[in-house]
Amino acid sequence: MWVFIASEVLFFGVLFFAYLIARLRFPDAFSAASRRTNLTLGTLNTAILLTSSVSMALGVQAIRVRRREAAAGLLAVTAGLGIAFLAVKGVEYRDDYRQALFPGGAFAFAAPLRSGAELFFWLYLTMTGVHAVHLAIGVALVGGAAIRTARSKVAIRFLLFVECAGLYWHFVDLVWIFLYPCLYLVSRS
Amino acid sequence: MSAPAANGAARGGASYLTDGMTLWSWLSTHDHKRIAILYALAITVFFFVGGAAATLMRIELATPQADLVSADTYNRLFTMHGVIMVWLFLIPSIPATLGNFLVPLMIGARDLALPRLNLASWYLYVVGGAITLAALLLGGVDTGWTFYTPFSTLFSNSHVMAALVGIFVTGFSSILTGLNFIVTIHTRRAPGMTWFRLPLFVWAHYATSVILVLATPVLAMTLVLLGIERVARIGIFDPALGGDPLLFQHLFWFYSHPAVYIMVLPAMGIVSEIIACFARNPIFGYRSMAYAMIAIAVVGFLVWGHHLFVAGQSVYASMIFSLLSFVVAVPSAIKVFNWTATLYKGTVSFEAPMLYALGFIGLFMLGGMAGLFLAALALDVHLSDTYFVVAHFHYIMVGGSVSAYLGGIHFWWPKITGRSYPAAWGGFAAILLFFSFNFTFFPQYLLGMAGMPRRYHEYAAEFQGLNVLSSAGAVILAAGYLMPLVYLTWSLRRGPRSPANPWHATGLEWTVPSPPPTANFADPPTVTEAPYAYPVQAHSRGLPRPPASRLPRTP
Repeated sequence: MWVFIASEVLFFGVLFFAYLIARLRFPDAFSAASRRTNLTLGTLNTAILLTSSVSMALGVQAIRVRRREAAAGLLAVTAGLGIAFLAVKGVEYRDDYRQALFPGGAFAFAAPLRSGAELFFWLYLTMTGVHAVHLAIGVALVGGAAIRTARSKVAIRFLLFVECAGLYWHFVDLVWIFLYPCLYLVSRS
Repeated sequence: MSAPAANGAARGGASYLTDGMTLWSWLSTHDHKRIAILYALAITVFFFVGGAAATLMRIELATPQADLVSADTYNRLFTMHGVIMVWLFLIPSIPATLGNFLVPLMIGARDLALPRLNLASWYLYVVGGAITLAALLLGGVDTGWTFYTPFSTLFSNSHVMAALVGIFVTGFSSILTGLNFIVTIHTRRAPGMTWFRLPLFVWAHYATSVILVLATPVLAMTLVLLGIERVARIGIFDPALGGDPLLFQHLFWFYSHPAVYIMVLPAMGIVSEIIACFARNPIFGYRSMAYAMIAIAVVGFLVWGHHLFVAGQSVYASMIFSLLSFVVAVPSAIKVFNWTATLYKGTVSFEAPMLYALGFIGLFMLGGMAGLFLAALALDVHLSDTYFVVAHFHYIMVGGSVSAYLGGIHFWWPKITGRSYPAAWGGFAAILLFFSFNFTFFPQYLLGMAGMPRRYHEYAAEFQGLNVLSSAGAVILAAGYLMPLVYLTWSLRRGPRSPANPWHATGLEWTVPSPPPTANFADPPTVTEAPYAYPVQAHSRGLPRPPASRLPRTP
């Protein structure tokens, strides 16, 4: 699982690298564009995801100490928080769309900043989109683990599976921890 | 039959080939040996499709005019050849077939650590391969295998998207294979099989897997960005939209240069096994061989910029990349010297696998030396995008990797199928391939030096003589590749049965019956000696005794 995560790091690495290059090319447009992201919802999502990592860690620990019901509950909470994150993200995408922040067609920024800002939002959509796909897979994994734990008599058998799902979950969380400052925070200082 | 081979023969159970005879028992198998066979069948199909495209190109190039295909068809042909040969043949060729079959046997394991993932990777490969093949046959792609932007995103009207999806899916199959090998080599080694008792073939696969796992995701994400740019017309690579085409080239080669080492490292592993066996000598400098492979894998990640010398990259960056490209030649040279030293005072016999291995060393050296020409900044300006480059990487990939792959197939064929092939035909094919390969590609070095650019279907009349030579060689080469297909297939039914260890080789894979039982080892083996303990064993089998000075030092 660690090897897989190493692979995933490189996968996201391309996006962060592309972001870095593009940002160096269009510093003004990027800082103007990233001020238009929805800080409230972004921060809310950060809180949701960090909380979910806590419940995930507690869930793995609960299985280790053989507290099956607690484990199933915690895993369900984790998956639920994941779904909440995706829902908030959906609302955020909708607001962005209404403010003409989706690249192409009518776009919120005019000529000198337009191409850079389009690039920013294009990267924003791709990066958060790929992250959301990963999170959706995580929800399926952790949700499945929750159901299996709830139904089984000896949940300790799933320890390895749940640990791997947990590693993955924390990894996806960690990606967000990098996405959040890059996309929402840096230009607001 | 040698003494340790009695291990499984008595009570090892049915061979993996006869354990379930239905098609479904193959398609749902978790046995690494059967999955290796599935991979071998699939890549053989792709090899001959890609080879047919190359043959058509060479026939077109026999004359300076366009007389067989149009410019556009020619573009589609070389794209098809490149895409199929790189992603659908060379990348999975050795790791997914021989590696899949042999890594667990060599380390004394029952199977790979994650057998279901192994099967999943085959299905991903087949699905990705089918999508790619469909894209290439239903109209084709005209961008070249490198998909350079902005041509691939803005101007090309061919099936770029479908090909991208296919390669993306195939990439995941590579990642899963690499991941599986790393986990297996870490966790499934038999008792006593310490890291420095691993055969070099296993070391090679370890190094390869690291590259597979770390480089392939970069390609995958780059292709995603490319696809989005092509569909949405908004992008990070297109200068008209504020993007940077150099960024695409950087990201693409960050995968595609290490990919060359994905192709050649396993080949080096195979050659090490074969040379030691047929020279009856322990491999010279075993540890330096293992470290050299890891060094190649690591440094190989840092040289991608040498593909961008004339693309507008900063000249200081180019200097660093040039230097690093020279550095990566050092571990490669260490390996060549060590193979040569292994031959020294050995009892060398020229069986078919050995001919392929010796051919590998020669061709790999010629290709590698040409690589140094290309790594030199000033010279590269002259040689960039000429036939010199084409000849260089074909020497490495075809002369190197394909030779080693065929050598490996001939070496382990008795183990894999339990049958022997006609030795004379094997030797003849190896020699024919060696000469026709040089016939085909050596003229291309000269053409490149003279300035003939690659990727055109027409050329200036003064280049014709060498092009005719090259095309004639290519036809013989194509016929040569059909020969093993014929006699190896023949041997499946008619070949004499093979003993467990026909070459008197060391290594755990030779201690089980041929073909191996499904469970590999009847008793889990325990390893007590270093790999390649050749002279001692050869003597005990009644082969000529080497001089006492060549006896192995105890590790």
